[in-house]
Amino acid sequence: MFWTSYFLAVLAIALAWPVPILLSRAQWPARSPFTAMLLWQAIALAGGLSMIGAMLVYGLEPVGDNLLSGLRALAGMVFHNAPTTELGFWHIFALSAAALLTAHLVFTLLLTYYKIQRQRRRHRELLDLLASPSSDGPGTMVLNVDSPVAYCLPGGARSVTVLSDGLMAALEPDELRAVLIHENAHLSQRHHLLLWAFAAWRQALPWLPTTRLAQESVNSLIEMLADDVALKTESKATLIRAIAIVASGSPATPAVRLAFGEPGVADGDPSQPGATGGSGSAGTTASRVSRLLSPQPPLSEPLRAAVLACCVLLLAVPTALLLVPGLLG
Amino acid sequence: MASLGELERAVMDLLWAGQEAATANTLRDLLAQSTQPQDGSAGHVGKDLAVTTVLTVLSRLERKGLVERERGTRPHRYQAVSSRADHTAELMHEVLGSAPDREAVLARFIGSVTDNEAETLRKLLGRS
Repeated sequence: MFWTSYFLAVLAIALAWPVPILLSRAQWPARSPFTAMLLWQAIALAGGLSMIGAMLVYGLEPVGDNLLSGLRALAGMVFHNAPTTELGFWHIFALSAAALLTAHLVFTLLLTYYKIQRQRRRHRELLDLLASPSSDGPGTMVLNVDSPVAYCLPGGARSVTVLSDGLMAALEPDELRAVLIHENAHLSQRHHLLLWAFAAWRQALPWLPTTRLAQESVNSLIEMLADDVALKTESKATLIRAIAIVASGSPATPAVRLAFGEPGVADGDPSQPGATGGSGSAGTTASRVSRLLSPQPPLSEPLRAAVLACCVLLLAVPTALLLVPGLLG
Repeated sequence: MASLGELERAVMDLLWAGQEAATANTLRDLLAQSTQPQDGSAGHVGKDLAVTTVLTVLSRLERKGLVERERGTRPHRYQAVSSRADHTAELMHEVLGSAPDREAVLARFIGSVTDNEAETLRKLLGRS
């Protein structure tokens, strides 16, 4: 029991600090974003599991040989007033911390869900009054705004992709198609569930490096996944032009058109791409573009398999350490 | 008969366009007028519209915090809480905002672009 809690604590610390820092600096996630996404999910789940597990196992050590018998003994103390003399101060402290952390994580997950749903509903209500349906299909709306903006608002059957007038004016039809495919990929691959889970994870433990790094990485990985879907039907140059035009915030920046050999719009001052908003997902756009401009081959089959094996081990080892001794004994 | 959603939109358009507060009766008349010229097309908003329907729509809009009622006058007079431009700005604020919990509400095609990043982007595009 003691060694189990020791091992889980080491795992929890590794997953909370050095591992996410290494992974967020690694270059390979851009080559196989889906595999990297699975690894981030495994790190988050295994991190939470080993944090709670370590405290639970430590706290139950005096009353049971394994987690299951320990929990049975604890249930006896809580529900049948069995004597608690075997538990010292630190054991009770660890058990309370485990219970609080579990409750905190579940509660934050639910609260974040509620908040996100409420904001989406309000946003959708306003869209229904302000935006007009687009000719591109029932799930697309056009908003009367001059700056080029495109986003999707998930909401089950009422999911919608919103384009601004400014965007429609700035983009050629093929570029617009690339943007729409990109946004619809977010909806069809249900990226909002990942956004929700990692936003809640960060909300719950904001001081932990892993939660911020995980959310930033996941935000950028889903953009890459959606880009890859758009690349199936639209050319690379089209997608890059669309990204550059939207990012620069002005229609047809001469530098962009020139860079891709398009005639006609070379005169006038090159507009400065402006900073829109804070630094929430800093680096995402640049890494997306450099990934498109100088594509790297996807991770080799054996390496991908190795990462997947890591994911499985990350989840299986803590679970097995917690449950198997009890099931065997 | 138009759907409640269409009616909400039509009522808000009238309130946003109008200068002062209007009663449900006035709104009903305006809605009926606004659909007169386009006879024959589907989805008429104001045809055979009852004042009670307009009141239902107004109370829905009030619940959503988009419309407010002037207290103390009979019949009640309604007006928009904020202008169309203010509500559009509210939407854009939510779209462009970068608070961590807000990033999960919707997914933007292009997230926040920092000055550094814009510089990198320009260099990348210039080189290719």
